[in-house]
Amino acid sequence: MSSVAFIVIAILTLAAALAAATLPKLIHAALCFALSFVGVAAFYFLLGAEFVGLVQIFVYVGAVAVLIVFTILLTRHDVEKDHGFNWSGVAVTLAVFAGLIWAVLKSGNLAPTAAPVAPLTVKQIGELLMTDYVWPLQCVGVLLTAALIGALVLVLEEKR
Amino acid sequence: MTPTLQFFLIVSAALFCIGLLAALSRRHAIFILIGIEMMLAAAGLNFIAFWRFGPRPAPPTGVMVTIFAIAIAAAEAAVGLALVIAVYRHYRTTNVDQLDHLKG
Repeated sequence: MSSVAFIVIAILTLAAALAAATLPKLIHAALCFALSFVGVAAFYFLLGAEFVGLVQIFVYVGAVAVLIVFTILLTRHDVEKDHGFNWSGVAVTLAVFAGLIWAVLKSGNLAPTAAPVAPLTVKQIGELLMTDYVWPLQCVGVLLTAALIGALVLVLEEKR
Repeated sequence: MTPTLQFFLIVSAALFCIGLLAALSRRHAIFILIGIEMMLAAAGLNFIAFWRFGPRPAPPTGVMVTIFAIAIAAAEAAVGLALVIAVYRHYRTTNVDQLDHLKG
């Protein structure tokens, strides 16, 4: 695991995320959001979880980012107005960040180096999904169906 | 020097806090959804990092939890954005400060 790749990916991810959180124009923020999730997927690749990285790119950059852009276009009239910024949120965020960093640094050296890892193949993941994780898989299927139907019902034209 | 677990935890904490900043500070409903997605991604990064740096041979629990979390986050995004569209149809705004009809 190279530290240069880690630093580059970390800077890319956090800069894009910060831009997505602070840019006034929604459409720019949505594109920066997609970029930051490419960075998170790159972290997954760096950590040896290639399948999760691919899923991250397919689901977030492929589907969720497009969905967000469509929603922005459908609610267009409102986009140009900047809705303002709540500065008390910054204080809460800084407090949470300080608490998290304190907890991470105080916990000592948990695992100094990563042991060499045998790559987790898609075949293994598929076998696990069909054996040990078959109940969660079915539940997620039901949840996705319910969410899809619910989203459709929500955006259907109301009968007057 | 190779990055240790704590570097990943710090990046993940930073990503979580940026998501929290977006969810708390912005007044636009879509920004709040973007912030929630970022917080979920930070949680997934933590799961993968702990799986990678855990004792060997590790059961792939972290990977499986992250896959399911991504699926649930996608469902949440779909319903959330549908809600934004439905609210926009009713009130002609997506500013969450103006959606106070249920306020006593």
